[in-house]
Amino acid sequence: MGRYAARRLLQMIPIFIGTTLLIFLMVHILPGDPVRAIYGDKAPDPAQIAQIKREYGFDKPVLEQYFHYMLNLLKGDFGSNLAGRPVAELMAEAFPVTLRLTLLAITIEIIIGVGLGAWAGLRAGKAADTGVLVFTLTVISIPVFVLGFIARFIFADELGWLPPNVQDSTDYSQLFLPAFVLAMLSMAYVARLTRTTFAENLRADYMRTALAKGLPRRRIIGVHLLRNSLIPVVTFVGTDVGGFIGGAVITEGIFNIQGVGNLLYRAIQTSEGSTVTGVVTVLVLVILLINLLIDLLYAVLDPRIRYA
Amino acid sequence: MPDVTKAQTTDAATVDAVAPPAVDAPGKQSAQQSEKPRSLWGDAWYDLRHRPMFWISSVLLVLLLVIAAFPGWFTSVDPRDGDLVHHYLGKPQLGHFFQPDWFGYDQQGRSIYSRVIHGTRASILVGVCVTAAVTLIGGLLGMLAGYFGGWVDSVISRVVDIFFGLPFLLGTMVVLNAFTERKVYVVILALAFLGWTSIARVMRSSVITAKQADYVTAARALGAGTPRILFRHVMPNAVAPTIVVATIALGGYISAEATLSFLGLGLSDPTISWGIDISEGSKVIRDNPHTLLFPAGMLSLTVFAFIMLGDAVRDALDPKLR
Repeated sequence: MGRYAARRLLQMIPIFIGTTLLIFLMVHILPGDPVRAIYGDKAPDPAQIAQIKREYGFDKPVLEQYFHYMLNLLKGDFGSNLAGRPVAELMAEAFPVTLRLTLLAITIEIIIGVGLGAWAGLRAGKAADTGVLVFTLTVISIPVFVLGFIARFIFADELGWLPPNVQDSTDYSQLFLPAFVLAMLSMAYVARLTRTTFAENLRADYMRTALAKGLPRRRIIGVHLLRNSLIPVVTFVGTDVGGFIGGAVITEGIFNIQGVGNLLYRAIQTSEGSTVTGVVTVLVLVILLINLLIDLLYAVLDPRIRYA
Repeated sequence: MPDVTKAQTTDAATVDAVAPPAVDAPGKQSAQQSEKPRSLWGDAWYDLRHRPMFWISSVLLVLLLVIAAFPGWFTSVDPRDGDLVHHYLGKPQLGHFFQPDWFGYDQQGRSIYSRVIHGTRASILVGVCVTAAVTLIGGLLGMLAGYFGGWVDSVISRVVDIFFGLPFLLGTMVVLNAFTERKVYVVILALAFLGWTSIARVMRSSVITAKQADYVTAARALGAGTPRILFRHVMPNAVAPTIVVATIALGGYISAEATLSFLGLGLSDPTISWGIDISEGSKVIRDNPHTLLFPAGMLSLTVFAFIMLGDAVRDALDPKLR
């Protein structure tokens, strides 16, 4: 287990370097001048622009800039944005908020998704199954931002159950609606995945054995079937973290949450390269680590899987 | 050479490149009755024809394609023509079928019905073109990686890993922000630039399975060259999972375009897009939900149709995933 994890960690290094280089190149090579953007419509003084560019190292070749960036990153320095605030500080404010939102969303996704999927899978081919299929198809078809506005319109504006804007992001009851909206799409996929594996595993040999041993139905389904069906679900949830971050940009915008999505959106719009690179670098790292964690989790779910 | 091609077509249904046809489907019985066994594609078509989901989505899609190609057949009102005096946020008249005021008017007094009709083209165009581009790039790279293995595979797979590591929506946002005027082709290029990786992965793994088949060895023994083996023998038998993934992804690309347009990073103003209209509508949703609901409904319906088609195609081509 330890050696496997170490090998995987080593394999991550080239991917990490490659992905950060890609985002760095995208931010720096593509047109769009952040220094000019500070001035807006005003015509800036060329000497001033040259000086700012020198200060931030924008006048050097891109690969050299990247090299410097990575060196600073090793020291834990993410650089600072054009207003002079350290990017690390901005991220320290935003990440806990999004972490809470995402964790709540993943919890909702797994509970409702697996629940719905199991319910449909145990009744494969019946009306309940078709109902869940149509429901999940509909949810998948409605884009997250539409869902967000409709949810806010119904539950916050019309019914007044929840505040339309999140004022206190440590309050989980306020975060519930945005987390629910964020979870919906993935929840539909989880439900479909669970339904398929449940329906398939119902015919497995170990199910017959468990039944023949006279185990109660609750134990057969709750332990034997559920544990065996969770592997694809866990894989999906793991690979979907990137999607959650994309969704967070939308949900945080709609419900006015000051998280990573909002930070990133504003940074992209103002061509704030250092913030974009910093946030994406951390996200890539998080995604890679979560994928490793998921692979290690397989061994827990299925004892036949062992890592030497 | 004819022997080889024949072997390939008859083998196609049983070779494990894609799961064998459904065991419990009525298709098997009738396949035994007819003299010639159906190919994988014949079997899939048989399966598709008997699915109501396939027909519902097909009818919807044909209708949407006609709307996208000839919006003038459905409305004669200019979608950019606003009349603030008479139509400012006019309410929908649900009885006035196909009239300009059917879905009401937006903040600038423009007919929402006309805008919904004229917005179809951009969405469909983005969805179809991105899917085509992604299938071409990803399919080709995946095929090369899977067939040649070795260092070719290592290089391509690492590039795939790197692009895959970047969250899709965030990456496209960064790319699109660099362009001030975002026409349809810019959005297509940005989505394709980051979207090809999953297709490449799927193609790679199915090519690895297909190239080990006996008919490939037979073709090579008969002296067929690499391009011939690749395009005549390996590709036809490895392409099914790719088609499945691509069809399902199409709806996702349409949704992504609308999301980007909604964020102000997708299509920009002279182009009519449901995403932009939804974004406009969201500002006045409290008193005028119709400004958001009609473009959103049309968008969801389109995505729904494509995803349902993808589902039906997947069930027909890959019964194991059902």
